[in-house]
Amino acid sequence: MRSVPTLLSNKWTKVPIFILCLVPFGLLVWRSLTGNLGPNQVETLQHTTGDWTLRFLVITLCITPLRKLLKLPELIRFRRMIGLFAFFYACLHFLTYLGPDQSFDLAAMWKDVAKRPFITVGFTAFILLIPLALTSTAGWIRRLGGRRWQMLHRLIYISVICGVIHYYWLVKSAVLRPLTYGAIVTVLLLWRLGDWLIRRGRAVTAASKTQSASANT
Amino acid sequence: MLLQRKPELTYADVTPKELYFNRRKFLQAMGIAGVAAFAGKNLLELASPSRGVYAAAKFSGLVKSPFSTAEKPNTLEDVTHYNNFYEFGVDKSAPAKNAQKFRTSPWTVSVEGEVKTKRKFSMDEILKLAPLEERIYRHRCVEGWSIVVPWIGFSLSVIANLVQPTDKAKFVAFESLYDPGQMPEARYGGIDFPYVEGLRLDEAMNPLTLLCVGMYGDSLPNQDGAPVRMVIPWKYGFKSIKSIVKIRFVTKEPPTTWNLANSHEYGFYSNVNPNVDHPRWSQAKERRLGEIFKRNTLMFNGYQDQVASLYTGMDLKKYY
Repeated sequence: MRSVPTLLSNKWTKVPIFILCLVPFGLLVWRSLTGNLGPNQVETLQHTTGDWTLRFLVITLCITPLRKLLKLPELIRFRRMIGLFAFFYACLHFLTYLGPDQSFDLAAMWKDVAKRPFITVGFTAFILLIPLALTSTAGWIRRLGGRRWQMLHRLIYISVICGVIHYYWLVKSAVLRPLTYGAIVTVLLLWRLGDWLIRRGRAVTAASKTQSASANT
Repeated sequence: MLLQRKPELTYADVTPKELYFNRRKFLQAMGIAGVAAFAGKNLLELASPSRGVYAAAKFSGLVKSPFSTAEKPNTLEDVTHYNNFYEFGVDKSAPAKNAQKFRTSPWTVSVEGEVKTKRKFSMDEILKLAPLEERIYRHRCVEGWSIVVPWIGFSLSVIANLVQPTDKAKFVAFESLYDPGQMPEARYGGIDFPYVEGLRLDEAMNPLTLLCVGMYGDSLPNQDGAPVRMVIPWKYGFKSIKSIVKIRFVTKEPPTTWNLANSHEYGFYSNVNPNVDHPRWSQAKERRLGEIFKRNTLMFNGYQDQVASLYTGMDLKKYY
C-alpha cells in the first residue's frame, strides 16, 4: 500500500491523468471528423461537453473526501488540473451554445440568458467557474491568502448546483440522470457539512478545555 | 450541381437497403486508412447534407401529393436514428436498438366510439383502403429540431368516411400499443402508457392529416412507429402518435399523454407556432437535422394555407 502515495506524489503521474482527461475531447474531435456525431451533430457536441463538465466538477468535489477517507493527502496534487478540465469542457459547452444556437450574436445571447431560466442557471454555473480558473495559480493563492482563496473557491458548490439544475430543467420527463447527478452532489456537499460540523465540534471542545484548564489555574 | 438528378428516379434506384443498413459496418471495415478521405467528405456534408440516399421498393406506383414540400428530405439514417419513442427508451438513439424485435404483425386497428359502424382493420385491409400517396412533409419537434420526411399513407378522413362518425363525435382519440413485455424501457420514460393523443374532429378531417403506413418507399421502420402512425405536419411531433391500435371518435376533448405529464408545457393543440414559446425555451427557431445553424420556424410549420382557418378567432397563446 505504501506504493500508492509514492506513485501519487511522483511528478510524472500527472501526465497520464492529463491525457486521460483529454480523452473525451479527443473522441469528440474524432467523431466530428469521421461523421459519427449522429443525426444532430450540434446536440451531440452540446450534450457531451455538458455531461463532461458536470462529471469533472463532480470528480473535483470528490478529491477532498477521498483524500481524507482514504488518507491519501497526495490526491490534492490533481485537484487543480481536474478542476481546470471542468472549466475547459464548460468553455466548449458554452461555445456550442454561443455558436450554433446563437450564431455568435452576443445581444441575442444576453436576451436568451435573461429570458430562459434553464439558460440563466447554466450561464451562471459557467460564469462562476471563471474566477476560479483565473485564480487557480500558486501566485493567486499567495496574493489572496489561503483563507480568502478557499472562500472564493467554494463558489464551485454553487456552480455545480446550478449545473445540475440546468440539466434537470433541460430534460422533458426523463429526470433519472439529472437526479443521479443531484444525488451525488448532495452526498458530496453533505459530507463537507458533516466534516465541518465535526471539526467545529472538536474546536469548541478544545477551546472549552483550554478555558476550563486556565480557569483552574 | 454537376449531375442533374433524373426526376423519375425513385428511392429504389439508389443504395440497396441491405447495404444501406450496413453502412456503418462498411465504414468500420474501411478502417483508419479511409478516414482522411472520409473526413473531407463529411465536412462537405456538413455544408450541404446529401439527399436521402435510400432505397426500397415495397410500395410502387405511389401517388404524388400536392401537399409535398420541395425541400430536401433528410437521410433515412437521420430519420431512423433520432427518434422520440419513449416506449423504447428516452435516448434518441435507443429506439433504433430497442425496437428491432418489436412485433408489428399481426396488427389490428380498432375504430370505435361515436360511429355508425365500428370496425377492426388488419394492416392488409388498411393498405387497400385508398391509393397510397407519398407526402413529403416538414416535421417539427417541440424540442426545437426538424426533419423532412417522405411519408406514405392517405388522409385519415378515408377511415372516418368509412365508419361514419355520428353527430355526437367532436374529437378523435388515438391510442398506441403498450406491451411492457416488449417495451421494458418504457418505465424509465417518466410518462404514462399507453401513449394517447387526440385531435378535434375538423383537424382530423383535414386532408393534411395523414394515416401513415410507410416512408422512403417502404413500410415504416419499427422505431418510426410501425406499422401505422399519424402524421400531423402542422403540429409538434409528439401529436403524431406512433404504432396505433385504437382510433376512437368521442364527444369530449380526450386526454393526451404529454398534456397529462405536464399540462403547463404541452397543450392539447400544440400547433407549431414561432410566436408562442415553450415555457423553458424559444420556439422561434429550429435546427434542421444535418444543419449547424438554426433556421426560423414557420407558423403552423408552413402549412398555414391549409390549416389556419381551423383556428380563426382562437387565442393561440391560450390554446397552445
